[in-house]
Amino acid sequence: MEAFDPAELPELLKLYYRRLFPYAQYYRWLNYGGVVKNYFQHREFSFTLKDDIYIRYQSFNNQSDLEKEMQKMNPYKIDIGAVYSHRPNQHNTVKLGAFQAQEKELVFDIDMTDYDDVRRCCSSADICSKCWTLMTMAIHIIDRALKEDFGFKHRLWVYSGRRGVHCWVCDGSVRKLSSAVRSGIVEYLSVVKGGQDVKKKVHLSEKIHPFVRKSINIIKKYFEDYALVDQDILENKESWDKILALVPETMHDELQQSFQKHHNSLQRWEHLKKAASRCQNNSKNDKCGPWLEWEIMLQYCFPRLDINVSKGINHLLKSPFSVHPKTGRISVPIDLQKVDQFDPFTVPTISSICHELDVISTKEEEKENGAESDIKHRTRDYKKTSLAPFVKVFEQFLENLDKSRKGELLKKSDLQKDF
Amino acid sequence: MQFLGGNRRKLRLADDQRNACYPHSLQFYLQPPSGNISLIEFENLAIDRVKLLKAVENLGVSYVKGSEQYQSKLEIELRKLKFSYRENLEDEYEPRRRDHISHFILRLAYCQSEELRRWFIQQEMDLLRFRFSILPKDKIQSFLKDSHLQFEAISDEEKTLREQDIMASSHSLGGVQLELESVYKIPFADALDLFRGRKVYLENGFAYVPLKDIVAIILNEFRTKLSKALALTARSLPAVQSDERLQPLLNHLSHSYTGQDYSTQGNVGKVSLDQIDSLSTKSFPPCMRQLHKALRENHHLRHGGRMQYGLFLKGIGLTLEQALQFWKQEFIRGKMDPDKFDKGYSYNIRHSFGKEGKRTDYTPYSCLKIILTNPPSQGDYHGCPFRHSDPELLRQKLQAYKIPPSGINQILDLVKGIHYQVACQKFFEMTHNVDDCGFSLSHPNQFFFESQRILSGGKDVKKESVQPETPQPKPSVQRSKDVSSALASLNSSLEMDLEGLEELLQ
Repeated sequence: MEAFDPAELPELLKLYYRRLFPYAQYYRWLNYGGVVKNYFQHREFSFTLKDDIYIRYQSFNNQSDLEKEMQKMNPYKIDIGAVYSHRPNQHNTVKLGAFQAQEKELVFDIDMTDYDDVRRCCSSADICSKCWTLMTMAIHIIDRALKEDFGFKHRLWVYSGRRGVHCWVCDGSVRKLSSAVRSGIVEYLSVVKGGQDVKKKVHLSEKIHPFVRKSINIIKKYFEDYALVDQDILENKESWDKILALVPETMHDELQQSFQKHHNSLQRWEHLKKAASRCQNNSKNDKCGPWLEWEIMLQYCFPRLDINVSKGINHLLKSPFSVHPKTGRISVPIDLQKVDQFDPFTVPTISSICHELDVISTKEEEKENGAESDIKHRTRDYKKTSLAPFVKVFEQFLENLDKSRKGELLKKSDLQKDF
Repeated sequence: MQFLGGNRRKLRLADDQRNACYPHSLQFYLQPPSGNISLIEFENLAIDRVKLLKAVENLGVSYVKGSEQYQSKLEIELRKLKFSYRENLEDEYEPRRRDHISHFILRLAYCQSEELRRWFIQQEMDLLRFRFSILPKDKIQSFLKDSHLQFEAISDEEKTLREQDIMASSHSLGGVQLELESVYKIPFADALDLFRGRKVYLENGFAYVPLKDIVAIILNEFRTKLSKALALTARSLPAVQSDERLQPLLNHLSHSYTGQDYSTQGNVGKVSLDQIDSLSTKSFPPCMRQLHKALRENHHLRHGGRMQYGLFLKGIGLTLEQALQFWKQEFIRGKMDPDKFDKGYSYNIRHSFGKEGKRTDYTPYSCLKIILTNPPSQGDYHGCPFRHSDPELLRQKLQAYKIPPSGINQILDLVKGIHYQVACQKFFEMTHNVDDCGFSLSHPNQFFFESQRILSGGKDVKKESVQPETPQPKPSVQRSKDVSSALASLNSSLEMDLEGLEELLQ
């Protein structure tokens, strides 16, 4: 893969926006079948241009308009906002108070930095294969809940380009949800509570809610490899002291001693589980038995969501297929069937796909039969690069949206006896 | 809604039709009433409902909501005032009709301010909760259906399938057999307060809510709808208020509290100024006792304190002349210039006796008014000590009043449970050495009156005649007085056309 050099962005972006960005699919998504008038036209986009110039309230008339503007402005970052009551680019002409955000997808942002207190391999913006499992678990846990508990059908998971993942829930009814309900959903999905000053961030009640139970079962599949091997959370005194902070004091001495005698995290964890089932429950806050084990697992593995991203209808979030200016990586959709295989380090960067394009174009020129038009080239260019499989995932997502829409329309017309 | 004139011709509906109007003993008041009603009935219905809601409020402070005592006493009140409450009783049409119409009339009166709205909504919710709690299980489903609520009870098979999950999610089902409980399936967004705290089982976008939790949701729905309706009503109010015959009624309703208002002067002149100091320690409620003490110590009280205490004194029988003398004497002790008093303060005292300005004879503040409005700040001595004092400070005060420690603890517990008036009742019991004060405290002057009664050997102190049924007509609103008396004596022959009213109530 070509190394990414941020200094080359302007040139790379020019090529990207001219020949690689999947406009047709992108428009197909945000237009949502054109069922609601002006849905696309009232959508806010924001662009971050070179030298950190940030412009909000961008809106476009149609796909071609979008294309032209993006090619003209060459944005470093693209964010998607809400669908408003009026065209965002005319919001200044609207009577005060009348310009309102009306609908938006329900979005989630899971960021690796929120786990700094529980990962030993990296911190802040860094990620590696050892901690990426946190994202894998997060996707499984959150997606299951969104699908099975809430009944949400159209969920698009996207790699953020550097250290996390985003989820876009696009069901028609979901786009209309109020801020209060969005907050409620995040609350439902939250288990890890407390900031730096809180040591023990998970407290389970006696009754375990099915959501928590199912999430624990997902974590169990990964815990040994992730926590006990890769993260090695009981490797040495420094690391196991952190775990002991989550366990009743009465157990500390015994555990310290036995941990010394064991040789690795796996053994120590087994011992901890046994000790937990033996200990007496002496206070309301100190739990024992399997609860203790689960609380530790949840604190180390359960997803951490940023409520602010999800609750605001007018919140702007990085667009899929946007480029990350620091890493060069494209924000690509993640195939839900292959979550465990997803590797952020193999996600195409803008330089690599531009390079691929160059190589292919040169080859094609050599073979040129002169029959293909320029436009055809452009619309299929991304297909010739490593971006292709990701666009395919996106297309599958769009297919599902279309199917649902057709189903809805059929239902409606049946009700109206409209044949 | 139209107002009948002349001979009231009651529309006799066939039984079926009558039952169809009001299929249940309770309702969400989604549709305003239509039909004819006389002005007297209009007024009486409104007053009766205010009495009912006040009773709901009092019972809610005196007893734990939902407890046996609360339930039985509330039922008695409903029966007394002839409002509907229970299914399967004989001839339910009239009580249900009364319930329906009176609710809508009160909307007119109670939409006018934030405080009134909050109060009205709270009592109506408590009333609905009670009625729902005595609704037989088999009637619940049809009631929900008729109220257009999307709540379906799930079948037993569906329940069994999800038994573990429902039991693990719902806190309201402690160790209960699920077969005995109804479980309702509702869209998750309608159960926000439940699902956000993971207090309910979610599956495929639906919340599986046991009956106990459904009540909370229903009440929330009710509150939201009523709140919106009141806001709408308020907007249309000017049109109603422009009707001279309704306006005084509506105004009076929302300002009344329908216990006695202690403003009539039946015991006027029975208290002399030199008795006040001793009365303050023997028979004043703590709120007034502390105001009196502060006045004596500082020779001054701020406006809030002067209003609360001054009106109380009027209520125990001080005449205007006595009041002027009382305040002036004290303020002068504080080195106030007599002229300054005459200029600045005497006007206000005369005003509160109804002798100045618009000449409203202000009534002494009820407990609720003191508790809910105008909280004291630094340098103020008004308010309710049980509500507005720091618990530690309150403990000290009670110790200074020689309340035994066990009594103090009981009182502080009541305060913690936000039962301020009951705490004061307890205080009354401790200071008067009785086990049960025998009344439901809602007014400082009531405290004084009851205290005096006990201290004078239980004999009825000569007091103003008790007329809780009709509110005292305000002498200031001359026209209304004429109307009321005309009504009282003539049995109204006013005919009014208020088609607009129906629209307003929607």
